[in-house]
Amino acid sequence: MNNRIRMVARIIVMLTGIGFIAIGVNRGEMVIVLRKAIMVCLECIGLG
Amino acid sequence: MKSIDIKRKLIQIAAFGFTNFHMGNFAKGQIYNGKWKQFCSPGLNCYSCPAANLACPIGAMQSVASSSMKFSFYVVGVLMAIGVVLGRGVCGYLCPFGLLQELLFKIKSPKIKIPKFLTWTKYVILVLFVIVLPALWVSSLGIAKPWFCEYICPVGTLEAGIPLLLVNAGLRNIIGPIFSLKLGILIAVIVLSIVCYRFFCKVMCPLGAIYGLLNKVSLLHIECDKRKCSSCGLCSKACGMAVNPALNSRSPECILCGKCVGVCKREALRLIMINRKDVNKDIDIKDSKSFKNNI
Repeated sequence: MNNRIRMVARIIVMLTGIGFIAIGVNRGEMVIVLRKAIMVCLECIGLG
Repeated sequence: MKSIDIKRKLIQIAAFGFTNFHMGNFAKGQIYNGKWKQFCSPGLNCYSCPAANLACPIGAMQSVASSSMKFSFYVVGVLMAIGVVLGRGVCGYLCPFGLLQELLFKIKSPKIKIPKFLTWTKYVILVLFVIVLPALWVSSLGIAKPWFCEYICPVGTLEAGIPLLLVNAGLRNIIGPIFSLKLGILIAVIVLSIVCYRFFCKVMCPLGAIYGLLNKVSLLHIECDKRKCSSCGLCSKACGMAVNPALNSRSPECILCGKCVGVCKREALRLIMINRKDVNKDIDIKDSKSFKNNI
C-alpha cells in the first residue's frame, strides 16, 4: 500500500468513525452503554 | 532498560491509573456509577471492576448488540477513531490487561512461542462471540446476552468477579458452573502469560483484533528504512509479538512497543506519527552517523 492510498484510507476510516459516533450518539447508544456500565454486570463476573 | 521502554512503562502506569481511578471502591465492594461510564476506554477494562472509570468497549459493543439496535455505531466509531490514530499502540501503551500480562511474563520460567495460526483465534472470537451471537442468539425468554463477557473474558473475572465476590456474601451465594469455567480460563490465561509474552493479546483479544486491522492505516507506526536495514534480524529477535518489522512494519500483531527500534544499531527503524518523506530517497548509508559508529 503506497502512502497516498494509505492517506486516503486513513481519512475514510476517520470520517466513517466520526460519522458512526454521531449516528450512535443521536440514536441514544450512550445511554444504553451508561445504563449497562453503572450496574454490576453479572455475566461479566461469571454469575450471569 | 532503554529509555523507550521506561517511557512506555510510565504511559502504561498512567493509563492504568486513569482507567481505574476509583481504587477505594474495592474495599466498599461497589462500582463507580458516574457519567464517565458513558465513554469507552481505549483498552480492555471491565466496567464492573470497582475501580473502573470508563466503559469497556467490547462489553459496550455487546450490550448494544443485544438490545433492539443490534449494532453499535457509537462503539465501533470510537474504536475506528482511536485505532486510526494509534493502531495497536493502544495495546502497547494504554491497555491495563496488557500491562498486567507484561508483568506476569517477567516471572522467571521456561518461555514458549505459540504457533502463528493461533493468532487467528482472536478474529473468530471477535466475529462469533462479540458481533454475531450477541446480536442473533435470543433465548426463549427473549433475552440476548454478551457472549464474550459471559463465557470467555478473563478480565471481568479478575478485575470484577474476584474482588466483588470477596466482599459481597450475596454474590458468593449465586456462584455457579459459569464462574468455574471463567475462573479456569483466567487461571489458564495467567499461566500462559507467564510462559508466553502477552498470550491473551496474541490469541484471544477481540479488541486487539480490531486495532490490529487498523495498524495498516494508523498514524502511529513503525517505519523501516530499507536502505539502512542490513537484515541482521536483531529486531525480530527482540520482538515479543513475533513480528519481523523489517519485512512487515505494519503487521496486525505489532503493538508498537518500540523494542525493535531500541535494538536497531543502524537506526533503520523508527516509531513515528507521520511519514518520513526521505525514506525512499537515495541515502548514502556510509554517510550515516550511526553506520560509522557501528563499524
